[in-house]
Parts: sequence; C-alpha cells; structure tokens
Amino acid sequence: MNGKTALYIVKRLILAAVTVWIVITITFFVMRAVPGGPFMGERAISAAAQAQLEAKYGLDKPLLTQYFTYLKDIFLHFDFGPSLKQRGRDVIGIIADGMRTSVKLGVIAAFISLGVGVVLGSVAALRRNKFIDRVIMVITTAFVSMPSFIMGSLLLVLFALKLGWVPANGTTAAGMILPIITLALYPMAYITRLTRSSMLDVLGQDYIRTARAKGVSKWKIIFGHALKNSLIPVITYFGPMLAYIVTGSLVVEKIFAVPGIGRAFVNSITGRDYPLIMGTTIILATLIVIMNLVSDILYKLVDPRITFD
Amino acid sequence: MSGPFKKFPFSMHVKVDDLLPASDEEKEYMVQMRPSSTFFKDGVKRLLKNKVATVSFFIIVIITLSAVILPAVWPYQYDTFLGVQPGRPVDRSFNNLAPFEYSTTEERAIENGESVFPHVFGTDSQGRDYFIRVVYGTRISLAVGFFASIIVLVIGILIGSISGYFGGKVDLVIMRIVDVIYSLPDMLMVILLAAVMKQSLGPVIDGTFLAKIGSNIISLFIIFAILYWVSMSRLIRGQILSLKQQEYVLAANTAGAKGSWIIRKHLIPNCISVVIISTALQIPNAIFTESFLSFLGLGVNAPMPSLGSLASDALNGLTSYPSRLVFPAIVISLIVLSLNLFGDGLRDAFDPKLNA
Repeated sequence: MNGKTALYIVKRLILAAVTVWIVITITFFVMRAVPGGPFMGERAISAAAQAQLEAKYGLDKPLLTQYFTYLKDIFLHFDFGPSLKQRGRDVIGIIADGMRTSVKLGVIAAFISLGVGVVLGSVAALRRNKFIDRVIMVITTAFVSMPSFIMGSLLLVLFALKLGWVPANGTTAAGMILPIITLALYPMAYITRLTRSSMLDVLGQDYIRTARAKGVSKWKIIFGHALKNSLIPVITYFGPMLAYIVTGSLVVEKIFAVPGIGRAFVNSITGRDYPLIMGTTIILATLIVIMNLVSDILYKLVDPRITFD
Repeated sequence: MSGPFKKFPFSMHVKVDDLLPASDEEKEYMVQMRPSSTFFKDGVKRLLKNKVATVSFFIIVIITLSAVILPAVWPYQYDTFLGVQPGRPVDRSFNNLAPFEYSTTEERAIENGESVFPHVFGTDSQGRDYFIRVVYGTRISLAVGFFASIIVLVIGILIGSISGYFGGKVDLVIMRIVDVIYSLPDMLMVILLAAVMKQSLGPVIDGTFLAKIGSNIISLFIIFAILYWVSMSRLIRGQILSLKQQEYVLAANTAGAKGSWIIRKHLIPNCISVVIISTALQIPNAIFTESFLSFLGLGVNAPMPSLGSLASDALNGLTSYPSRLVFPAIVISLIVLSLNLFGDGLRDAFDPKLNA
C-alpha cells in the first residue's frame, strides 16, 4: 500500500463520515418539518397534555438545541430515544430485535446469491452462445426486471397458497425459505450477469492464451486464472447488494409478515412513529455507507491496476 | 464490343473501341449513387437489426398507446363503483368478479337481449372494473416514469454542463455535493422524504391544479429532482470535459470558430446520444421507484390506481383472487423489461464509442 492508496482511503473515510452526518441531519430536520409534530395523531389531545408530552420528549426547546442533543445522544450513548407508539420501548431495542431476524435473512440471501450467481455466470461464460447460456441470460434478465414485491407476491401465491409446500407466514424456519429466495433472486441474477461479462473479458486476455499455449489444463486455467480475475468486479457489487437487500427486506417482510427491521420500518412510517423512522433510517443508511466504503476500498486493494484520482 | 468491325476472336488486334473515352451514360453506370447516411440514420439501421430491441420498442408503443387511448373508449371508469346506483341498494354481485364473469344484474340484462361489455379482468372488491384500473395504473406509472426522467435530465444537464464548462472551484464544489448525494442510500432517503412530504405537502397544494395530481406524485417528482440528477450531471460533466480536449474542437478553435458554433456543431451532437440513452434507462428506474413507494403505501392517492398500489391492494385478497396480483405484475414486469432491453439496444446502436 503506497501513499496514494492511503490518501484514497482517508478521502473515502471522510466522505463516509460526512455522508452519515448528512443523513442524520436530513432525517432530523425533515422529521421536525412535519406539520403538527409527532403527537398530532388520530385522537385529539388537550393542549395541556400536548405541552406535557412535548416537555417530556424535549420538543419544546429550540430546534438547534434539540438537534445537538440528538447528535450527542446518538454518538455518545447510541441512544435514539423512546418509541412514540410502542409504549415503554426504546427505539434502539426495537431495531436490535428486528435486526436479529433481518440480518439472518439478509446474510443467507447474500451468500446464496453470491454462490449461485458466480457458478451460473461462469457456466454461461464458458458455454457462451450455447443453449445453456441463452437460458441463463433469459432467466436472469427476467429476474432483474421484476420488482421484488411482485416476485415475492408471486412466489407466495404459487408455493405457499397453491402448492402449500411452505407456510405463508415468515415467523417459522420453514417460512423463512420464501423470503430468502425472494431477496436472493435479484442479486443472484445481477451477479450472474456481472460474472459472465467479466469472465468473457478475462477469457479474451493474452495471459489466458499464453496459459493455453503453455499447455495448462483447462480446469487449472478456469480456476487458477479466469475465475480469480473475473471475480474482482463482483466485489464492487457488495455495497449495492446490501442496499438492495435492505430495501428489499422492507417489502419482503411486509409480504411474508417476517418480524424484522423492514417490517418495523414500514409500520413506523404508517404509524408515524418518528423516532423509530429516524433511528431505522440512520442505522440502515450507516450500514449501507460502511458497506460501500468497504467494497470500494477492497476493490482498489485487490486490483493493483486501478488508478487513484 | 459494338462497332462496324468484324469480330476476329483470335486476333491480337487491340480493339479501338475500348480505348475511346467513356460516354456519359457509361460513367453514370459506374458511379454508385447511394444517399449519404447520417449518424442518426446509421443508428436507426443498427437498432432495427437488433430484434430484441425492436420487439421491445413495439411492446412499449402498444402499451403506451393503449394506456392513452383505452380509457377514452372503454365503457367503464376507473373510479366507478358499478354496484352503486343512485336511489338503489348497493348491488354486491358486482364485487369480486372473476375475469369475464358477469354480475347477476348483468346476467339478467343479457337474458333480456341487451349486450353487456365484459369485465375482461373481472372487478375488484368494491365492484370497479379491474381492466380499466390496470390500464389507468399503467398510464400513471408511465407518466411518472417519463416526467421524472425529464426532470432528472434537465437538472442533470444544467448542473453537469455548468460544472464541466466552468471547471475550477465551481466544479470542485459541485462535485463534492454530487459525491455526497451519490453516496446517500437513495431508497431510504426516498422513503423518508415520501413519508414526510405526504403530510406537509397536502395543505400547501390544496386547491391548486397540483392537488389533482396528488401530493404523493408531486413529492415523488421533488425527490427525483433532489436525489437522482447526480449520475446524469456526472455523465454530462465527463462528456464535456473529454469533448473539450478533442482535436476537432481544437481545430475548430484554431480555424476561428465561435463558441456557439462549436457547441452546436461539436459538443451537442457528440453528447446527445449518451444523454438520450441514459434518459431512456432512467425511465424504468423511475417506474420501479414509483411502484415500490406505492406498494409501501407512499405512492399515488386513492382512488387513483398505479401498478404498485394495485399489486399492494391485491395482497389483501391474495388467497381468493390471485389474478388481481398477476395482471399488474405482468404489466409492470413487461414495461420495465422492454424499456431496459430497448435502452440497451439504443446504447448498442447509438453509442459511437462501442461501434469500433
């Protein structure tokens, strides 16, 4: 690692920190801009009760004071305040509860899509323009163009309601199968196409021809030279993949009633539970920013040909 | 070979005829007259050769035309409760009809010899004709996708060209802002803004013509205007920066061409294909976002349907009426797929850098 690489990493770290701070700031001010504030709900409450509630949650102080208190709470105590709708629960507790399920779902989906995607992509590239390649490309094109909520609902109709193979409710282990598949299909299709195109690119390189000319065996070329090099672009997809899985989990958990953070987020939007909306947005956004940072840096470290500018 | 001379097949004599200068007629014959081809014509030719892109283009045209024309000629309205007639009790037999099924009232009318237009996709739980709702939802989704892309295009071109043209500190500041917006998790921000604007925009636009469009659609446009211009402006900036250094621009400058002439003759024609392609690829993206937000309940206002909200509503009666999910699902996948394939085709046909 030379000076240029270090400079790049420092630059990216600063950008990531600024992004997280901006997310927090936008979230805070956008939420405070809502007319009527968080307590304007379904039921009208008396002015005295309203004032009391506002005093309790610190909403009566000047906006900037509230903002700095909020920042301090987040950075020093990792505290996002109490939920407004679920009495007696902290936002961070609700998020942690939801995360447990969602992380499991997301990690399994990510590994499945990575594994299947790389295999299918390599097969398609090695059998370029043959029947199997055509089939793989048609299927992945369809998956890439299908929104996750459509995919999830169709899978639910087919496998849970018509065939009855798996339960429609996502709380049990068997019920997790469909949500995981729904989440995994799009990244899998994307990784397949990515691997295929980069594998084709690599297979056309001079060093592959040299290896062939030397008489290196076919499988050694595929695994030792082609696959290793064609996986480098896939690293860049890690960040977007996490972002996709996070947003995908919103609809998937709604469809399959999975008790994860996505469902908590959607419910908090419809229930206008502002601290929960803010907390979830900030945590998920931070996760995505960190993942983007890691995959970008990893990419530049792995591939020495990349220039820094 | 013609002439008054006798033919001597084995003679070594040189034929005098062959040495005569060619007549105008013969010259005409030798010149291959082809109409000169422009860049645009070349691109269209390449595009038409691409079968997938051509088929996608026709699918898009058919869907768009039917979304525009059908609501005017269809006998049902998207927001009419067919079972509700003034002065009569609500006719529940109109609700939840299967495709091509008739309500009991309509069956009686048919027995009396009247002709009743079929409910091609059936009706929904409140007795509205589902086909026209899907058509209307398609119209909304397409309109949102198109206008959102136009907004992105205008803002992106404006800021990108300012950044690329002025360079220096202006460029530096704009590019840092672009960097930050680019690294914001867009979907989360979209959801956040949509959730809030739903509350705060409603009173502001109430009574104006914007109220008809609905606060959610407006907020969707605002969100696109805030967040999605960055990639377009990066693209434009990159194009302008690289074009500024081309030899032909230098040559034009040396030859004394004016700035406006260079922009008109060199910069715009060379930029335009890239811009059109990325706009075309932006449309399915916007449609995707709209349907996603509608699915989460943050999209169009009821009773206006969009493909996303139709799919979302269908979830409630999924066990009994799966067809209500399948129709909007097919339409939305078809639109996004064919727009993507057509956009890819456009890129292959019109991006001069790929035509090597």
